[in-house]
Amino acid sequence: MGKTFHKPEALSDAQTHYCPGCTHGVIHRLVAEVIDELQIRRRTVGIAPVGCAVLAYNYFTFDFQEAAHGRAPAMATGIKRVRPDLMVFTYQGDGDLASIGMGEIIHAANRGEKFTTIFVNNAVYGMTGGQMAPTTMPNQRTTTSPFGRNVADVGMPIKVAELLAALQTPAYISRQTAIKPKYIVKAKKAIKKAFEYQLAGKCFSFVEVVSTCPTNWGMTALEAVNWAENTLLPYYPLGDVKTPE
Amino acid sequence: MRKVLMKGNEAIGEAAIRAGCLNYFAYPITPQSEVAEYLSKRMPEVNGVFLQGESEVAVGYMIFGAAACGARVMTTSSSPGISLMSEAISYIAGAECPAVFVNIMRGGPGLGGILPSQADYLQATKGGGHGDYRLLVMAPASVQEAVEMVMQAFPLAEKYRNPIMILGDGLIGQMMEPVVFPDDLKTEPGNKNDWATNGMDFRGSDKRNLVRSLYLDPEVLNAQNLKLKAKYEQMKREEIRYESYKTDTDYQVLIVSYGTMSRVCKTAIDNLLEEGIRVALIRPQTLFPFPEAAIRQAASAKSCRVVMSIEMSMGQMLEDVDRSVQGRLPVEWYGKCGGDVPTPEEVADSVKSFLQKYSKE
Amino acid sequence: MQSEVMFAGFGGQGILLSAKILAHAGMEQGFEVGWIPSYGPEMRGGTAYCTVVIADKPIGSPIIRNPKHLVAMNRPSLEKFAPVVKPGGVILINSSLISIGSNRPDVDELAIPVNDIATAAGSLKSANIVALAAFVARSGIVDNEILRECIREEFAAKAKLIPLNMKAFDEGVKAAQKK
Repeated sequence: MGKTFHKPEALSDAQTHYCPGCTHGVIHRLVAEVIDELQIRRRTVGIAPVGCAVLAYNYFTFDFQEAAHGRAPAMATGIKRVRPDLMVFTYQGDGDLASIGMGEIIHAANRGEKFTTIFVNNAVYGMTGGQMAPTTMPNQRTTTSPFGRNVADVGMPIKVAELLAALQTPAYISRQTAIKPKYIVKAKKAIKKAFEYQLAGKCFSFVEVVSTCPTNWGMTALEAVNWAENTLLPYYPLGDVKTPE
Repeated sequence: MRKVLMKGNEAIGEAAIRAGCLNYFAYPITPQSEVAEYLSKRMPEVNGVFLQGESEVAVGYMIFGAAACGARVMTTSSSPGISLMSEAISYIAGAECPAVFVNIMRGGPGLGGILPSQADYLQATKGGGHGDYRLLVMAPASVQEAVEMVMQAFPLAEKYRNPIMILGDGLIGQMMEPVVFPDDLKTEPGNKNDWATNGMDFRGSDKRNLVRSLYLDPEVLNAQNLKLKAKYEQMKREEIRYESYKTDTDYQVLIVSYGTMSRVCKTAIDNLLEEGIRVALIRPQTLFPFPEAAIRQAASAKSCRVVMSIEMSMGQMLEDVDRSVQGRLPVEWYGKCGGDVPTPEEVADSVKSFLQKYSKE
Repeated sequence: MQSEVMFAGFGGQGILLSAKILAHAGMEQGFEVGWIPSYGPEMRGGTAYCTVVIADKPIGSPIIRNPKHLVAMNRPSLEKFAPVVKPGGVILINSSLISIGSNRPDVDELAIPVNDIATAAGSLKSANIVALAAFVARSGIVDNEILRECIREEFAAKAKLIPLNMKAFDEGVKAAQKK
């Protein structure tokens, strides 16, 4: 009987620090599998955000830089401009990318920088303890919206994929989720497509991955999956939002 | 080596290219936008990288990203822009990457003005961004010196794996003076394979590199800070530069002044000598590390009555001069900080009034 | 020896360029030179000025409040800067636009209808070259022929402008000699 399961070479042996029920680990694995399949590990540079994935570099086996909060797209721009032959991706959460780093991601996307962004959206600040994010749902309780997100006061959650897709510059923009196997298969395809567009020097590529945060949502892992499916997905619809051409 | 007449800002841009730096990211701000304008034309000619970022915040991190993968890289800005880049500068220093920042200073605080100033002395020499880091800060007094310092900055940044700042006032950027680009200052970047995230295939290694400034373990972070401190101590031993002017006379007053201000002081010193008043100058060319010992020694001259810090800032360098003199003599300040550069006559008047004050005592 | 020349006029009169050509000529002749512009909001339409320093030793202060010479292209410039010129210097007045004198008996005043000469030579745009040539011919601050070459070099990229500016140069020199 042959080997049916193995750990991607791009993934390290380290045990992650992520909470039970969090999908970061799954998304890391998808990225690692894609990097293995495209055989680009030895020329890839990842950029870790500030947030739960700040230590992402511990879980991969290729070059990594660690950014300041929200600035990963600017760092990726710096790398890609001086070393277009490197494969570069940023891995960012929704506080990092959609709040403090909104300027950097929009301009990088608009310049058509040839790197890939994996945007993990779990509708909350995780690392700092469950504060409200720009992506927090209406009436969702967080540690800084204890009575629920009041959209009359702080506006509606930002649909980043659609926002970036509205730019006129060609890009690959997709939204996926990693909460159930049937979605995970599609998410991997999108991540692979995103890296392939970069490999071809085609365009900026962006995959939003709707994720869970059982810890800060105050739910069990299973409750979190159901809440994401029933509450987040209707607001954050899945699929390719924009393709180049 | 042909002598050419060039504006300081353009010469700074050309100097980067001549030094072998073909990567430049910037955001426009007066009084240094000519660097970006110049390099937007020049970089394509040498197959270099020119990119106008969306903000100084973003540019700071473009520099970080590029530096972290081992490229020679520079940006230029002016005071408010440097404030915005200071976050990235802290990260770059923390992550130990070489990069060159040029600050063509304008008046502050806040939006301030656009005329010459030296009001960012403390920001450049003591921090600006957060955390325990220092920049090696060089302060040119002419377009030629700006060229040489820019060209020397790259190997220094690589030697220390630390950001270097060239601190010039608005006049250094705006003046035209004859310059030559010394061929012997062109250098090749050293081997960065042991730390740069330049790709495992590129450096032919199976070991991955990691560029970061995050150290959650207090002992490890402390050790990292001690390592940084050792570099700054090495700079103090090896990189102090200054110029002495008329220090071989029986001077009554010692001036410490840098940049454009020091040139005004030199003219004032020449004029005062015609009146029989003997004044000497120490011109720091590096502001960090600061020429403390040279100033202390010069302040020990028997004939000297008072030391003056003359600066286009409100006594920022005075603190370092005072620290250097260590109480041997009174230390006084003269300067202006609105963009109106003091004239030689104003400097001379100030020197005379302090000399009179301390001659009586 | 150190001489300072202040060029002043409206933004758009080519003040910075004529000053740059003079600095270039000084450099070619082997002098130390500096070109120090006023920069800032006053560049947008108001009075622009620029100082050229030419010296036989390294230039100290680039801040010049009392220049030796003045080339005044418009009346506000003359009124503002004539009082600060050092005794014995040259004040060139663009008499096409300035109907008054410098009121400085202690200087060498040279009134030249710079705009009219330039227009007659082919284009008003060369007024700055007419003024520069006349000033240099009068003050002798740099060699005339070196200056001529520097003007030619300045326009090398726009060769069709060279004949116009050579003519402007010649007419400027001629006008200074007549006086």
